[in-house]
Amino acid sequence: MSAYAIEGSTGLWEVVVGLEVHAQVISQSKLFSGSATAFGAEPNSQVSFVDAGFPGMLPVINRECVAQAVRTGLGLNAVIHKVSRFDRKNYFYADMPQGYQISQYEHPVVGTGVVEVELSDGSTKEIGVTRLHLEQDAGKSLHDQHATKTFVDLNRSGVALMEIVSEPDIRSPEESGAYLRKLRSILRYLGTCDGNMEEGSMRADVNVSVRKAGEPYRTRCEIKNVNSVRFVMLAIEAEAARQVEVWESGGTVKQETRLFDSGRGITRPMRSKEDAHDYRYFPDPDLLPLVLEENWIAALRASLPELPDAKRARFRSEYGLTPYDAAVLVAEKATADFFETVAKGRDAKIAANWITGDFFAALNRLGATIETSPVSAANLGALLDLMADNTINGRIAKDVFEAMVETGKAPADIVEEKGLKQVTDTGAIDAAVDKILADNPDKVAEYRSGKDKLFGFFVGQTMKAMAGKGNPALINETLKRRLA
Amino acid sequence: MLTDLTIAEAREKLRAREFSAVDLTMAHLHAIETLNPRLNAFITVSHSQALDQARAADEALARGDARALTGIPLAIKDLFCTVGVRTTAASEILRPFVPPYESTVTAQLLRDGAVFLGKTNLDEFAMGSSNMTSAYGPVENPWKRLQDEDAVLVPGGSSGGSAAAVAARMSMGATGTDTGGSIRQPASFCGLVGVKPSYGRCSRWGVVAFASSLDHPGPFARTVRDGAILLGSMAGHDPKDSTSADVPVPDYEAACRRGVKGLRIGVPKEYRSDGMPAEIEALWQKGLGWLRDAGAEIVDVSLPHTKYGLATYYIVAPAEASSNLARYDGVRYGARQDGAELSDMYGNTRAAGFGAEVRRRIMIGTYVLSAGYYDAYYLRAQKVRALILRDFNDAFQQVDALITPTTPSAAFAQGEKMDDPIQMYLNDLFTVGANLAGVPAISIPAGLDANGLPLGLQIIGKPFDEETVFAVSAEMERAAGFTALPQLRAGG
Repeated sequence: MSAYAIEGSTGLWEVVVGLEVHAQVISQSKLFSGSATAFGAEPNSQVSFVDAGFPGMLPVINRECVAQAVRTGLGLNAVIHKVSRFDRKNYFYADMPQGYQISQYEHPVVGTGVVEVELSDGSTKEIGVTRLHLEQDAGKSLHDQHATKTFVDLNRSGVALMEIVSEPDIRSPEESGAYLRKLRSILRYLGTCDGNMEEGSMRADVNVSVRKAGEPYRTRCEIKNVNSVRFVMLAIEAEAARQVEVWESGGTVKQETRLFDSGRGITRPMRSKEDAHDYRYFPDPDLLPLVLEENWIAALRASLPELPDAKRARFRSEYGLTPYDAAVLVAEKATADFFETVAKGRDAKIAANWITGDFFAALNRLGATIETSPVSAANLGALLDLMADNTINGRIAKDVFEAMVETGKAPADIVEEKGLKQVTDTGAIDAAVDKILADNPDKVAEYRSGKDKLFGFFVGQTMKAMAGKGNPALINETLKRRLA
Repeated sequence: MLTDLTIAEAREKLRAREFSAVDLTMAHLHAIETLNPRLNAFITVSHSQALDQARAADEALARGDARALTGIPLAIKDLFCTVGVRTTAASEILRPFVPPYESTVTAQLLRDGAVFLGKTNLDEFAMGSSNMTSAYGPVENPWKRLQDEDAVLVPGGSSGGSAAAVAARMSMGATGTDTGGSIRQPASFCGLVGVKPSYGRCSRWGVVAFASSLDHPGPFARTVRDGAILLGSMAGHDPKDSTSADVPVPDYEAACRRGVKGLRIGVPKEYRSDGMPAEIEALWQKGLGWLRDAGAEIVDVSLPHTKYGLATYYIVAPAEASSNLARYDGVRYGARQDGAELSDMYGNTRAAGFGAEVRRRIMIGTYVLSAGYYDAYYLRAQKVRALILRDFNDAFQQVDALITPTTPSAAFAQGEKMDDPIQMYLNDLFTVGANLAGVPAISIPAGLDANGLPLGLQIIGKPFDEETVFAVSAEMERAAGFTALPQLRAGG
């Protein structure tokens, strides 16, 4: 593809982006306590004395959270570190009960990995992953509950997060979007993060700089806590444009933390008070180094589900799908599973066409998801069967499908109720064809004198006369015979 | 006097129903009533709870369900969280704090039938060697100088209240915590046995943290055997403390009867400082003589990095403390001072809530962890700490235990060493090594100085080999025949 570039007054500028994604780990309990992690619970109903930073309380690592981080690392084709360590990141905030966040600073559990992204022009690109580490989430400060007071909800305090840091390999807003969507897809396949950016279970810090071709990196700015793929893409655009303007007007981009104002479509600096921290990282003396056994990692590796890249390759080789269809169908695991249920024992290409076509269109129209779809995979499969065995033709199938979307009923029932069964009785077809030919002697004459295109007219008329239920192949055959 | 009994004696007599647990508890509560107004060893006396527990102990004894400590009255350092009983860490900032949970160590003592008399005074957040930094006033050492009965001596610190309570017969035993010497130094100053077990032997869960990698819960007692009984109850693996060791707890009482025949005892030459008082040097030699007479072999060993111990300790401990104490912000519990903004509330709360020594250590700790100073201070201290641990490991290749003095002096008077924090920090000279290395150490009362004040000797052992340390301590205790009594004591 042609490289993304910003055209300034001094020429073209390249954008350099690295993403730090905070992904909330799916687990029953928090990273260092037994408290529950469900979203949307009553404020402060999922808080242990550990989470609230009470005197003498100590963290104990939750094995499942570590397993989730390792699974994610394996899913990102990354190095798993058998020895890692937890550090304290010290700073004061009202929703940070211990006065420090337990994180992994120097020795993360997962090292370098790689994510392959597909771009709109059909090309692919590898984005490097620098590291993945585990850390605690903070609580939530609610500033809008009282005129002069801030309320604190500690339900989220101590929930496990994975911070996934990319290399500065991203060169355009499109690539950042493709990376985030791919990462989200992998996390969802693995079941390690639900990827719901609206609920805050996935957030991104975006590092942006610009440079002229061939230059070393220039100073970067970090845009904190961007909470949708679209906003990440818009923030990069806005920030890159700002930086180009600063450089071109003779200024210098200052390394700083900024926020994306989605309403105005600009980034603005955070107040210096908000980021003037010296975090005084040091190893948490309450926790021993995290030591993983080879067997345990191997068992996790063996139990990994098939991931999007592998599934896409298989869909192409096993089902003969186009690269595009394969990519679309594997993006969400639920879609891929739906497809495989429909395709099983049937024509996979027809299954893929129906799913990416009528089925997705219907979901869109309804605002539904695979999970809430009125049309189940079994019913869609049954519809394809009705076509395959000539019970209905393709045109009627569209009507039956619409009825399925409306009622959620099985296609056979709809066909039965509405009497949509295809007519394969040659007598009925002969009679319909005879009538059409008799009603249109001039068209018959034109056809016979060489106007081949009229064949479609006769097919259409016959089908119309049979209320769409005629078997198209038989109609064709009969017409050919009678017009010969 | 019931208050003069050892735990081992009282336990037998309780089982023999010579007196009741209520009698025993009442005798100690009476002693507290009489002496505590002067000694200030207790911040909180839990009178009615103690009697309830004593009555329950009597019922258990009547049922024949006597456990290791059934009916034994103990004092708990006010750093251990005790459910429903205020836990202050001797700080203003925790003045109103009543924990809804019980520390693992005190829960185990209760499991074994102990009676808790109350919570003892300490240096604020266990930071100090004199008990002068408590927000609840200083503790007076029950011992008096022979020629100067007016001088008010300190009991040592940080577990000064526990030491004073046991020495004055207000309690039969007590819990303490030892981060740089906070059990052994007050034990030495008050003529007691003070046990700092291996790191990981006693759970830190529910103990207000000072310096997590150095904090060791342990007991005070008047005899080595009593120390063994108490540690046996306090020790054990706790899944709630990630640094707790999953190793079995041996029979420490039995270890006290082992003797020292054939043991090799090391004398670390680096502990022989030029300024050491002659009487302490003499006592040290005397102690070695007792062991030689009992069949042990005395060997000179070297702990070459000893001289860096104190400097290392005073970087690592404040660093951890500066982070551990960040949670006292007035937001969720404890005393809060309001402010216009969040940062003002923090500033006001912590300025009002923390005393000078705690503030000093938070500032030192914050400094040594700061960007640009971390490598020069904290990281280097960690490296030296590793060397100190290696020193001990090397020494224990040659010997079974080490003997040193516990402190460079006997108890000093309130007001002495107060103007120079460094002078105060020197109290930990001989004790910090065992904390940095996590090895077990016991201080036993070995003799008196010229002023009639107790002096302790320290026995240091291999990690998780408390048994040998108890064996050596018990042998020295027999030889020392320490029978001196503090002037201020129940019935005294």
